[in-house]
Amino acid sequence: MNFIANFPLFTIVLSLFSGVLCFMLKGKTARWYTVFYEVFLIVLVLSVLGYTLHTGTSFTYPMGEFPAPWGNEIRAGVLEALMAAAFLVILLCSVLAGARFIDLDLDNSKVNLYYSLVNLMTAALMALVWTNDLFTGYVFLEILTLTSCGVLIVREIGRTTLAAVRYMILNLLGSGLFLLGVVLLYDLTGHLLMVPMQQAVAELSRDSTVLPVLTITAGILTIGLSIKSGLFPFHFWMPDTYGWATPTSAALLSSLVSKAYIFLLLKIYYRVFGFEVIERMPVRNVLLVLGVCGIIVGSLQAIYANNLNHMVALSSAAQIGYIYMGIGLGGLAGYTAALFHMLAHALTKSALFLTTPRLSEVSGGSLLFKKLQGSGLKDKRAGAFFTVNALSMIGIPVFAGFSSKLQFGLAAVGSLSWKKIVVVMVALAISSMLNAIYFIRTTVRIYALPEEEPDDRQQAVAPESAGNGGKPGKNSGVYSAAAEEDPAGNGAAQEDPAGVESVPGKVRDMYVVPMLVLTGGNVFLGLFSWVIVELIHTGLGMFGV
Amino acid sequence: MREWFEHWLSGDVDVMENIMDAAEVPDIPREIIKEQNKSFREEVYGRQHTKEAIQAEQRGFYLLYRVVAIASCIVLIGALLYTVANLPDYGQENPRTVEVVKRYVEQGLKETGAINIVAGMILDYRAFDTLGESHVLFTALVCVMILLGRDKKNMRAGYEDYYKISRDAYFDISHDSIIRTVGTLILPCILLFGTYVLLNGQNGPGGGFSGGALLGAAMLIFSAAFGLQDADRLISRRAIMAIISVSLTFYSFAKGYVFFTGANGIENHIPKGTPGAILSGGLILPLDIAVGMVVACIMFGFFSLFKRGSIGGD
Repeated sequence: MNFIANFPLFTIVLSLFSGVLCFMLKGKTARWYTVFYEVFLIVLVLSVLGYTLHTGTSFTYPMGEFPAPWGNEIRAGVLEALMAAAFLVILLCSVLAGARFIDLDLDNSKVNLYYSLVNLMTAALMALVWTNDLFTGYVFLEILTLTSCGVLIVREIGRTTLAAVRYMILNLLGSGLFLLGVVLLYDLTGHLLMVPMQQAVAELSRDSTVLPVLTITAGILTIGLSIKSGLFPFHFWMPDTYGWATPTSAALLSSLVSKAYIFLLLKIYYRVFGFEVIERMPVRNVLLVLGVCGIIVGSLQAIYANNLNHMVALSSAAQIGYIYMGIGLGGLAGYTAALFHMLAHALTKSALFLTTPRLSEVSGGSLLFKKLQGSGLKDKRAGAFFTVNALSMIGIPVFAGFSSKLQFGLAAVGSLSWKKIVVVMVALAISSMLNAIYFIRTTVRIYALPEEEPDDRQQAVAPESAGNGGKPGKNSGVYSAAAEEDPAGNGAAQEDPAGVESVPGKVRDMYVVPMLVLTGGNVFLGLFSWVIVELIHTGLGMFGV
Repeated sequence: MREWFEHWLSGDVDVMENIMDAAEVPDIPREIIKEQNKSFREEVYGRQHTKEAIQAEQRGFYLLYRVVAIASCIVLIGALLYTVANLPDYGQENPRTVEVVKRYVEQGLKETGAINIVAGMILDYRAFDTLGESHVLFTALVCVMILLGRDKKNMRAGYEDYYKISRDAYFDISHDSIIRTVGTLILPCILLFGTYVLLNGQNGPGGGFSGGALLGAAMLIFSAAFGLQDADRLISRRAIMAIISVSLTFYSFAKGYVFFTGANGIENHIPKGTPGAILSGGLILPLDIAVGMVVACIMFGFFSLFKRGSIGGD
């Protein structure tokens, strides 16, 4: 066995260890450790990608000395390595670009806990990507659930606590349904590893009395994971969850965590039920309909949002709808489109969530559209990055959004069913228009010349006035510029000698480089989409076997 | 009853009033508590949010909500009942579904060296899942530390001492002679039994999670009976954090080593021992001890965090 085959194991075990290590380190050390560790992981994962491309096959890696149906297993192929690499790059960029806001939002004594959670989240993401065992998937799903609630509550304002409670309840509901599905499948097949499970399912599905049971099981697994990833009727937690979290958390939650759940769902469809069995179930058509509903409803709600972060979060609901639409279309083209859009959306959405706090910071700390007028002129870099990524969201050529919409169109035409073609094409057209409405409106707004005299009364009734623990009534739901002037104020971190760095503007933060990486990846996906599509095709070719 | 409950909610009634008379409770002005509760509610829920909720209720949204909730529950119950009715019968001899279990039962003792098949399964055959499981606990601890750990953001300026001392004393029951006596009597038994369960996971029912929970319970009873100050003398904050980190690190690397050697076909040089002896089952005993330490410390950590907002005393 080539030594590179050990790397997936290292990514999981070392990430778990890093989580424990950051628990013991000081905040700043933990940050730099995390950054260098993620770079190291990216190298590992890229070599796995190169290795699998070179050999042209996937490989399984037994966890322990016991062979396949008895022991535990992980598996790596081109697709897994590609997703893992993309996840890690986005995670690293989010941590780097949002580091200043982490210092601002968190108490100094808790910064290391944040990085501990980030490392545990990395472990969970890696395990969900590599796993070849359904129950391992469940265990790391739990870690992902807990870490995602953890990175949400770190901000310690009432809004995030409420959002985290809601997110937690829904996530646990999803986990419970997922566990139920795993239990039912285990009862039916007697296996937990995906390969023997698939053989058993293929055998069982010929029995016409068992097929409805399998369908219900697939439905339960799908509902569980779609609650967690925020498909249409379950997308209502998104605005609060993404909108109030600290920027890095918002980027991680919207672009990685929800994608990991969808990737696990794809894995279950492909590797547990198998292509043919899933084709015979109505699950996919339901997903198509819900995906299209999510696209339309999410976009409409985003138009009505009056808060920038809420708008971006609701646009996430629409983009998750796209991904499920691709899964619903099915076939190689459909899955390719879904996976491509997962990458495109992850890059774009993380970049957007990392720019919005900067825009809000220069406009008096508010995220309301009224206050944001002219913020793109005040912070030129953030404005430029926002515009580029907004254009990608709308689907302007050159950017990733365009390529993924093209993939969806191709997949719809390739499905050769006029109903699907009409539904998908109409959904694409309407949603592009709606996306254009709210993103262009925002872009115009941030480049318009600012008006005079902000109205104080409006700020008082704004939803941001939830206040924080220290200062009730103080406008702490936002990155208030007042925190700079008031030493006893918001973060209160300024009192610490070590906390000098948390004053905005003084910290040496990496912002341009990670944002350039994200935007560059976006443009790369837009211009050279065939490279990624080719990779996804290769990966899907070895995914099912 | 409801009126009383509402009074209690608004902080007018003190449940501990009569119980706590004997304790030397520092005098906390009732007004401060009242004011704090009030501002806390404002902070968490916010006027705006409450208004929205009331408006939604008035719009009849909640009626629809209830109807949909009940309908979806009924659908889910029906689907699950149908599914369960069509599952294979319990205990049915099906060569496909018992393939894995059969090997665990028949070969488990030989392959893992543990009489307790369950321990062999979770710590040897499927050790990767248990590795994740123990880190689930750790993740929960980190989340609770973030949520409840006292810092400058969730403590009102000027009230640090109030949070540190008076809350602690206010709910302290360690002055109570009944609790103290019963604790003295019961503690050695729990400690002994917990240690036994922890160390005999490979030979009988028990293991890291259950033994650790018993030891953790012993620590909780100790701190309830003798006060947190005494418990802090037993184990400090740094000790708790060190034990958790070292145990989990040991777990990760020991299992990582076994995975690595197993996958690469290298001999791992871990003796299986004689089945039935304390030192048997290969890595099962050390892993059980590590998990037990983690569980016990995390239980105490949760207790301490809920009680005073810190994982342990300094």
